[in-house]
Amino acid sequence: MTAAVSGADLAEAVSNYAYDSVMDSDRDAAWVKPELILDICRFLRNDPSQAYDLLSSVTAVDYVEFFDVVYHLTSISRNASTVLKVRLYGREALSLSSVTSVWAGADLQEREVYDLLGVSFDGHPNLKRMLTWEGFQGHPLRRDYLEPPLPYTWPHGG
Amino acid sequence: MSPLKDNSIFSWTYESVANTLGGPEWLAYGLGAMAVIMVVVNGFLLIGTIFTWMERKVVSRFQSRVGPNRVGPFGILQAIADAVKLLFQEDIVPRRADRLLFNAAPIVMLAPSLLALAVIPFGSGSYVADINIAVLYVVGMSGIASLAVLMAGYSSGNKLALLGSMRAVAMLLSYEIPLVMALLGITILAGSMSMVDIIEAQSVPFLLVSPLGALIFLIAMSAELNRPPFDVTEAESELVGGYLTEYSGMKFGVFYLAEFSNVVLAGALFAILFLDGWEWAVLPSHLWFLIKVFGFLFVASWVRATLPRMRIDHILAFAWKYLFPLSLVNVVALAMETIAWPDPSPVQLWMMIAINWGIAFTAIPLMSLVTNLGTPARAGQRVVQTEEVN
Amino acid sequence: MHTQPVIVNIGPHHPSTHGVFRMRLTMDGENILDVEPVIGYLHRGSEKLAEERHYTQVITLTDRMDYVASMTNNQAYVLSCEQLTGITAPDRGQYLRVIAAELQRIVSHLVATGFFLQDLGAFATPLMYAMRERERVLDLFEMLCGARITVSYMRIGGVFQDAPAEFWPALGKIVDELPAFIDELEGLISKNEIVLSRTQGVSVISGRDAVNASITGPVLRASGVSWDLRKAAPYDVYDRVSFNVPLGDQGDNYDRYIIRIREIRESVKIIEQCVKQIEPGPVRATSAMLFRPPVGESYVPIEAPKGELGFYLVSDGSIAPYRMHVRAPSLINLTLLKQMLVGWKLSDAIVSFGSIDVNMGEVDR
Repeated sequence: MTAAVSGADLAEAVSNYAYDSVMDSDRDAAWVKPELILDICRFLRNDPSQAYDLLSSVTAVDYVEFFDVVYHLTSISRNASTVLKVRLYGREALSLSSVTSVWAGADLQEREVYDLLGVSFDGHPNLKRMLTWEGFQGHPLRRDYLEPPLPYTWPHGG
Repeated sequence: MSPLKDNSIFSWTYESVANTLGGPEWLAYGLGAMAVIMVVVNGFLLIGTIFTWMERKVVSRFQSRVGPNRVGPFGILQAIADAVKLLFQEDIVPRRADRLLFNAAPIVMLAPSLLALAVIPFGSGSYVADINIAVLYVVGMSGIASLAVLMAGYSSGNKLALLGSMRAVAMLLSYEIPLVMALLGITILAGSMSMVDIIEAQSVPFLLVSPLGALIFLIAMSAELNRPPFDVTEAESELVGGYLTEYSGMKFGVFYLAEFSNVVLAGALFAILFLDGWEWAVLPSHLWFLIKVFGFLFVASWVRATLPRMRIDHILAFAWKYLFPLSLVNVVALAMETIAWPDPSPVQLWMMIAINWGIAFTAIPLMSLVTNLGTPARAGQRVVQTEEVN
Repeated sequence: MHTQPVIVNIGPHHPSTHGVFRMRLTMDGENILDVEPVIGYLHRGSEKLAEERHYTQVITLTDRMDYVASMTNNQAYVLSCEQLTGITAPDRGQYLRVIAAELQRIVSHLVATGFFLQDLGAFATPLMYAMRERERVLDLFEMLCGARITVSYMRIGGVFQDAPAEFWPALGKIVDELPAFIDELEGLISKNEIVLSRTQGVSVISGRDAVNASITGPVLRASGVSWDLRKAAPYDVYDRVSFNVPLGDQGDNYDRYIIRIREIRESVKIIEQCVKQIEPGPVRATSAMLFRPPVGESYVPIEAPKGELGFYLVSDGSIAPYRMHVRAPSLINLTLLKQMLVGWKLSDAIVSFGSIDVNMGEVDR
C-alpha cells in the first residue's frame, strides 16, 4: 500500500533541507515558499531519503484571494506519496518557477495550468496555450471567468 | 494484317464482318477492331468489377464480417451501386492542383492495363494479338502506371499525396528488376516471349519448373500493384489515401477500377506464365482460364486480409538485398539447365523440377540468413518477464 | 542536391490519430526532424462543468473523458468522492466494481491492440477480431447498467444496482472463451515477421525517462518499471486477488503491444477470482443522491487501462466540488512523444503514437 506521507512529515523533511522554507502544513499537504519551489523539488526528487521520482500531477486551485499550485508526488522506490503546495496571492501576473527541469512530466501539465488558470511558469520550454486556442481571452477555470457575450468570434474567423 | 495471326479472335471477327458486309477492307477492319475492343475491354473491366466485389466479400469473411449483401443477390451489384454513387459525387479539383495532370492521371493509370490486355490469350485461340515480344510489352505497359501515380501525387498539391507518389516510384523502380528477372527465367525456359508460345512450351506448368521465379513474380507483382504488404503508396493509416487523397467522384472511381483491373491482369499473367494458361482444361478453356485467374485473385485477397504493411526502407532493402540476388540465382540456374538439356525429355524435365525446388528450398532460407533486412531480433529472443506477486 | 524540410500536418482529421490529435511533423523526406503535438480539439471543459454539478451528476461527465474506458473513470471518481465523504462501499459493490473495471481494461486493451495493428497496416482483420470480442463485453455492461459506452455504473458508496441473474453465466462464458481468443489473435499476428521488424527497437523509452516524464500504465511497464497501482496502492478489493504484473524489457513498440495482451490475460484471472469470492449482500452503502462532504480535498489514483488516473477533488462543504482536476494518463503519456518520434520515419510515427494508446476524450477533457 502506498504510504501517504503527511504534510507535517513532508514539512519537517523540507525544513531540514532548507530552513524556513515551509509556510504551513496540514494533514494532507505542506505549503512551501514559491521562490524556493524549484530547489525543494530538486531536493525531493534527488535526495535518497525522499526519492519522489514520479510527479503524478500538477494542478492549481483558484481560492479567489489566492491560488494554490498543487504537486502530487510519488516515490516508486519507497512506494510513498505526498502533496506539495505553493500559495500564490493575487490574481494578475502570477508566476512560479517551472519544475520541468526536475521532472520532464511537468511539461504538458504546467501548460495546462497556464492555459486554464493563468499561472505562468518561468523556465518552461514551451509555455503556450494548449487546450484553448492561441488568442483566447481569459483563463476558463478561474472562478471569475465569464464567457464573452454572444456573438463573439474566434480570432481567425469562425 | 500481318502481325495478327490466323487464329486470333480478331482475324475471326474481321473475316466474318468482311464476309457479311462485303464492303471496303478498311471498313471491315475498323468495325471488326471496334467490336473486339468493345468485347475485350468491357469483359475485362467487368471482371475487374467482379473482383472488387469478390475481394470485399472474401476479406469480410476473413474478418468475421458478412460484407456487402444488400444490392442484388449476395450484394453482387454493390460495385454498380458504388459506381452510380461516384458518378453523382461532386468532382472536386483542389485549388493548388495542376489541373491538366490531375485530370489526366486516372486515364494514364487505366490505359496501360487495357493496352496490355491486347497480348493476353484468355482462352484457346482467343487473343487480340500474338506479338513476339509480348512479355516485354506487358512489363513496359505496367511501368506506365507508376508514371500515373507520380502524376496524381505531384499534381494534387498535397504533401501526403506527394509523399505517397514518391514512395510509389521508389518502390516500382526497385521491384521492376526482380520482376523482369523472373520473367527472363520464363523466357529462357520457353525460348520465346510470345504468350501463346509460352503456354505451348509448358508441358508441365512453369510453377513447378521455376518455383523461385513464381515466388519472385508474386512478390514483385504485389509491389507493382501496391497490394499489401507493399501498399505504402496509399497507406490509409499513414498517408490517408496517398496519391488518391484529393480525388473524388468518378476520377477516384477510375483509379479504383484501374487498380483492381491491374490485379486481374496480374492474375492473368500468372495464369499464363506459371499455370499453363487455359491448358489442362477439364472445363471450356475460357472458363478454366478464369478459374486460374480467380485463384490468383483469392490469394491476393488473402494476403491483403492477413499481412500488415512494411516500411518503405524495409521494402526497398528487401527488393535490392534479397529479391534481386534471389532472382539472379533463379535465372542462372534456369539458364544452365536449359543449356544442359535444350530439349528436355520427361525424365530430364522432372529432374529439372527436382533441382529447382531444391534450389528454392536452400536459397530462400540461406538468403535470409546472409542478408540483414533491418530486423533487430527474432520472436523467440524477446522474453517479457512477469513479476510474480501475491 | 538542395533539399528543405517540409512541415506535414497529421491530423486533426486523419484516420490514425485516434480522434482529433494533430501532429505537426517537420520532415526530411520520410524522416522526422521535429514533432509538435497540437491538442485541444475535443476540449469540453469537463473540469469547469463539474463545478456546477453535484457530486453524483459528475459521474456522467467522467464517462465522456476516456470513452473507451468509462468504468475505470467512474471508479476513479467515486473512489475519490468516497475518500472525501468517508463512505465505504460494501464488499459486493467493491467486487462488482473490480469486475467491471477489469472488463473495461480488457475492452480498452483490445481497442488499443486492434488499432495499433490497424496503424501497422493490417487491413482491419485484427481490429475486427478485437472489436468482435469487445462487443461481447459491452453486452455485459448493457446487462449491468443498460448502457454500453457511457455507463455511469458506479455510485458513491457502491454501484448503481446489483448484477442481474443472467449476468453471471454470460460473464463465465466470456471469461472462459477470452484466453482462446487471445491465442487466436496472437497466432494471427504476434510473431509476424513484418510486425516484428516494424515494432522491435522502434521508439524506445528507457524506464528512467519514462518515470521522469510521469508516464504510467502499460507504457511505463513496457519500459521495465514495475509500477502498478493495483499492487502498489490496492483500492477496492485488489488486495484480495492475485495476479502478475507483466513487464517489458526494452520499452519499444513491440513491448507496449505485447504488454497489453498479457494484461488482458491477467484481467481474466482477476475476474475469475472475483467471481469465486463474491458473496451476496448489499451493493451500495447509501442511496443518497446529494452529499455534503466536509471541507477538504482528496486524490485517489487508480490504475486505469491507460495509466494512473486520479481525480483531485476540492470540497468547500457544498453539494458540488469546488474544484475537480483530472490527472489524465493519456495526456501525460504524450509528454515524451517528441523524443519517441524524432529520427524515425513517418510510418513509425503513426505506429508509435498508436502504441501509447491515448484517448482524445481524456487528453482534452
